[in-house]
Amino acid sequence: MTITPGHWLALSAALFTIGLIGVLVRRNLIIIFMAIELMLNAGNIALVTFSNLHQQVSGQVFALFVIAVAAAEAAVGLGIVLALYRNKETVNIDEITVMRW
Amino acid sequence: MDNLQAIMPMLIVTLAAMATMLAEAFRRKDERMPIGGLGVIGLVGAIAAAGLLWDRNAVGFGVIQADNFSLFVTVVVAVIGLFTIMFSSEVVEREGIPSGEYYTLTLFSVVGMMMMASATDLLVIFIALEIMSIAVYVLTGIKRTDAAGTEASFKYFLLGSFSSAFFLYGIAFSYAVSGSTRLDALSTAIAQSASAPGPMVWLAMGLLLVGFAFKVSAVPFHMWTPDAYEGAPTVVTGFMSTGVKAAAVAAFLRVFLSAFEPLRGDWTQLLTWIAMLTMVVGTVVGVAQTNVKRMLAYSSIAHAGYLLAGIIAASAIGKSAVLFYLASYAVANVGAFGVIAFIATRERNTGELTDFTGLWYAKPMLAVLMAVFLLSLGGFPPMAGFIAKWYIFAAAVNEGFYTLAIVGVLTSVVSVFFYLRIVVMMFMSSNKAELEVPPFGIVGTLGLALAAIATFYLGILPTRLIDLATQSISTIF
Amino acid sequence: MVGTSVPLALIPLLPFAGFLFNGVFGRKVSKSVSGLVACLAVGGAFVVAALNVWSLVQQPVEQRIIEQTVFWWISSGDLQLPLQFRLDPLGALMVLVVSGIGTLIHVYSTAYMHEEADGEYARYFSYLNLFAAFMLVLVLGANFPVMFVGWEGVGLCSYLLIGFWFKKKSASDAGKKAFVVNRIGDFAFLIGMFMAFKEFGTLDFLAIAEKTTLYQPEVTFGLLSVMTLMFFVGATGKSAQIPLYVWLPDAMEGPTPVSALIHAATMVTAGVYMIGRNADLFSLAPQTMLIIATIGALTALMAATIGLVQNDIKRVLAYSTVSQLGYMFLAMGVGAFTGGIFHLYTHAFFKALMFLGSGAVIHALHGEQDMRKMGGLKQHLPITFWTFLMGTIAIAGVPPLAGFFSKDEILWKTFESGHTVLWVVGMITAFLTATYMFRLLYMTFYCEPKWAHSHGHGSHGHGSNVDHAHEAHLHDAPPAMAIPLMILAVGAVLAGLVGVPHALNGSNRIEAFLEPSFHPARAGATMFPGSTHAVPSPQADVAPAAGDHAAQAADTHGEMTVAPAVGGEHGLAPAGHGAEAAHADTATELGLMALSVVVALAGIGLATYFFKSNPQKADQVQQSFAGVHRVLLNKYYVDEFYDAVVVQPIKRTSERLLWKVVDAGVIDGAVNGTGFIVRTGGAIMRLVQTGSVRVYAASVFVGVLVVIGYYLAR
Repeated sequence: MTITPGHWLALSAALFTIGLIGVLVRRNLIIIFMAIELMLNAGNIALVTFSNLHQQVSGQVFALFVIAVAAAEAAVGLGIVLALYRNKETVNIDEITVMRW
Repeated sequence: MDNLQAIMPMLIVTLAAMATMLAEAFRRKDERMPIGGLGVIGLVGAIAAAGLLWDRNAVGFGVIQADNFSLFVTVVVAVIGLFTIMFSSEVVEREGIPSGEYYTLTLFSVVGMMMMASATDLLVIFIALEIMSIAVYVLTGIKRTDAAGTEASFKYFLLGSFSSAFFLYGIAFSYAVSGSTRLDALSTAIAQSASAPGPMVWLAMGLLLVGFAFKVSAVPFHMWTPDAYEGAPTVVTGFMSTGVKAAAVAAFLRVFLSAFEPLRGDWTQLLTWIAMLTMVVGTVVGVAQTNVKRMLAYSSIAHAGYLLAGIIAASAIGKSAVLFYLASYAVANVGAFGVIAFIATRERNTGELTDFTGLWYAKPMLAVLMAVFLLSLGGFPPMAGFIAKWYIFAAAVNEGFYTLAIVGVLTSVVSVFFYLRIVVMMFMSSNKAELEVPPFGIVGTLGLALAAIATFYLGILPTRLIDLATQSISTIF
Repeated sequence: MVGTSVPLALIPLLPFAGFLFNGVFGRKVSKSVSGLVACLAVGGAFVVAALNVWSLVQQPVEQRIIEQTVFWWISSGDLQLPLQFRLDPLGALMVLVVSGIGTLIHVYSTAYMHEEADGEYARYFSYLNLFAAFMLVLVLGANFPVMFVGWEGVGLCSYLLIGFWFKKKSASDAGKKAFVVNRIGDFAFLIGMFMAFKEFGTLDFLAIAEKTTLYQPEVTFGLLSVMTLMFFVGATGKSAQIPLYVWLPDAMEGPTPVSALIHAATMVTAGVYMIGRNADLFSLAPQTMLIIATIGALTALMAATIGLVQNDIKRVLAYSTVSQLGYMFLAMGVGAFTGGIFHLYTHAFFKALMFLGSGAVIHALHGEQDMRKMGGLKQHLPITFWTFLMGTIAIAGVPPLAGFFSKDEILWKTFESGHTVLWVVGMITAFLTATYMFRLLYMTFYCEPKWAHSHGHGSHGHGSNVDHAHEAHLHDAPPAMAIPLMILAVGAVLAGLVGVPHALNGSNRIEAFLEPSFHPARAGATMFPGSTHAVPSPQADVAPAAGDHAAQAADTHGEMTVAPAVGGEHGLAPAGHGAEAAHADTATELGLMALSVVVALAGIGLATYFFKSNPQKADQVQQSFAGVHRVLLNKYYVDEFYDAVVVQPIKRTSERLLWKVVDAGVIDGAVNGTGFIVRTGGAIMRLVQTGSVRVYAASVFVGVLVVIGYYLAR
């Protein structure tokens, strides 16, 4: 069996969906955070796929940028989670609802 | 050299941001240093550079275009940054915010906003969006010990990156459609397939729409807004409610009116619903709020709806109306948050409605300024907001979007209710003794005065700015 | 020319300067200074206005327009909006009324509000000055947006002044009610404005009037009808007509001079003025005109019946104002624009007079407003009594006082234009007006004094905290109050003489003066001063294409509204055969005039019988008609109706929905239905906005699904 771009796209879509479901159903905020990373990487896979389809490198370059951005986001995100944990002593997202309505 | 010219405003602000960072690093522990001053220099420099670049249409590296449109937004964003810095000095000290980080992040996010407005490549737009957003996430939670602040920051961050993921996926699909991330290439590709666009095009357009709608906080992507605005330090709220919105609207305009122009009929339909929903939800929920920051958060949602209405009715009038609206909304909103920041104390800084009770008796000038800003936001003549709204709705009517205009007028009429609630609180209460307003310095006063003058200027003599807006919009679309 | 050298912009700017002075320095200067500045500011505006009007009337009739562009407000592309002031005869009349009566009321206020603390006193005058400035902008504005600046501004000031005594809950509630109702009106007004801009491409009154010559009166309920209806809804909000009149009686919670100035003489007439200003536009929409006339007549009748049984002196006057405004709208609706504006002008005198007089009474009785606790004040307050008497006779329609001429003009024009039913309603209202006004007069100034016992009530109604000790002798109005009263009384007596109809061999100068303003586009060509009465039978003039309704609405101003195609022919030619018709008309007019005098006298007689000679009879009648009386006393239960049908259900639903009831707070009251609709919506959103990030993410996701689904499903 040969692996076609269709397969890569399916992989990307699957990853994206897994990430999406993770965000929607999980309660631990670290895991939600990881789920979002999954979604970003699904985007990367799609970019690389299309880059391959178009026989162009710009998509791969884009993917590299996204990896960098995701790393920055991860750093900041973890910092925020840490600060939040110090204040609230919880990682359960349903308990972080001081502000509402 | 030409390349560098185009990014000159951004470059200047970046240098200022780095200087700020260094200044903080070399500052002795107890030394007081006017770090904000560096930011002021950088932003004024950026405005000057934008002025010099006007009408030159410089292109940088093929992905940044310093046309009049982006320069207009650049100036608006820089002015927002200036006001924010002017309001910040006392507040930063009072709240114990680490000043070096604060100013640096503010300036970097200004860079992101400017870049977002001038980028003509989806990759650069994405990076700019992230530069802006990451800085603002941190600014929201910059008071690390404040529970509300960190919660707000976390929510904003999580939902922001969630929507970024959709946005990125949308970019991936646009790349699939055109084989390039450049907007002009995308435009050509879409124009070719405009008669029968495939699912890729729809996915690309839909997901990009979602990404922008999130940043301008349109319903139903708005839910982070009240929480983030309420929890963030007040000056930061003022900054992000105006700057982020301005940058996002600018990029939205550019992407949708250039690349997706052939499909205009398709996206205006959906966007009309979103805009109306946004106006209604922002207004209706805003009326029930008892916290002024939250109330203004909903108000800013409603204003996003008006801005979207301008984008939808993108006739020549409509497009310049959006730019004018951005400017007039920015000065009034940033000013209003400035007043909220000034009447807060270290203990009482949540911005409850009751904090405004009898402000007129304690600080008459602050009360008057706040009234000016709020009435402008509510669209009262002769303040800027009236002309801005007038312009948008006139464009909508002219383009035949009657329902949109009617809903817009109706909601803006209702929205006056909550703006006037604050005004009434300030002028019609006699519990003078209760309100202690901390003293604030000359810079902040100057900033507020300038914002008020700008509000009146744009309301009474709007022609010049409207002309500039018209000129700047005509360069690109 | 003296006047032309004085810029029009100075007229609103002077009061605005007064506002700035009192707003900024008000708390630092003494009361006499802030009062003086405020009076001088408005007085100065009056002088400037008078100079300008003087130079205006020097001009020949067709050139009576002074136009000054202060600057170009917006001038960009197809949107051209100058900040322009225009003084024409209509504007001249209005500006004199506003600044003149405004000055008198400012002077009056210096005495009336004297018990307020320094800062409050200055605050009051700064609001009042700001009001005058905005009202003058409204009157002088040459296009819709400038008028809208004034329109919004006076609304804001009215709102601030109604709630001036914010410590009284009823006052702040009333302010809120006025606010909400006026917002509904503003909404319609704005929509109308956008429609006009879309249709005509301009918002200048004169330019629109010129464009209207290209249209035929609408036979069906078309675009112009909707547009004018929108404007009219805006007018009903500001001018307190059915169904938006509910705020005005409550607005009496404000200080009495405010009621006199804003809620009787000036602001509430803005709607009438606006229709007069766009007479040509409204003439093209006969259906809307019919609606206006009907609403006006109904409002007049309904408010008069309510006024008949109210016991609060200011509320009687408030309902009387609503009723008289109804007359003005009736006039506008039947196309008698001059009549409507004429009544606006005379009404300003006598109603301001009566409000100020009632203020003097309230002042003397330390805040008592209930007429049942008054009586016998004639001897104690002679100045107040005599001036008040003048106002009462004037409004009752006894010749030759002001109210007679203007009211008669309206009734005659209504009859003449064939609206017989509306005319009957108008006559009944005239009868009721005479009755309730004399009832008020008798209950207050005649009969047994009942006030000696009521001093314990102190001054809470008055809002000030100073409670005088019991005094056997009541003080009549001090000079600052008495002089405005006397001037206004003179006005109430004489103001009508400018409009003595031709039927009485008068020259009806006001009609000749005002008429060009209503048809600016044609003023130069076809205007012959005072000729409208010699117009031939109206049906002959109207283009055959126009339907019956068009004929009815168009007829009253005869040749002026004739479609251009036929205008040239008919405008001048049939003057001769018109003379006979005019002769027959004169006889009818005189007959009707006599009838209305009889009706007025009958009303007065009825009031005299019941409330002066045989007060106990009134009680008997009241008992035998207990049901009717209760309905009237409760103002037809309209407030209750709104409460039961709109407010309560929403309130109940929203309370059930709210898991935490929103704190009512100082300004969240139960008064406004809109607030509750909005809050119910808010309550639903509250269930969604739970604070949980997962819910927020789900909302984003739903949004994505909708967006993507919308596109992919097609």
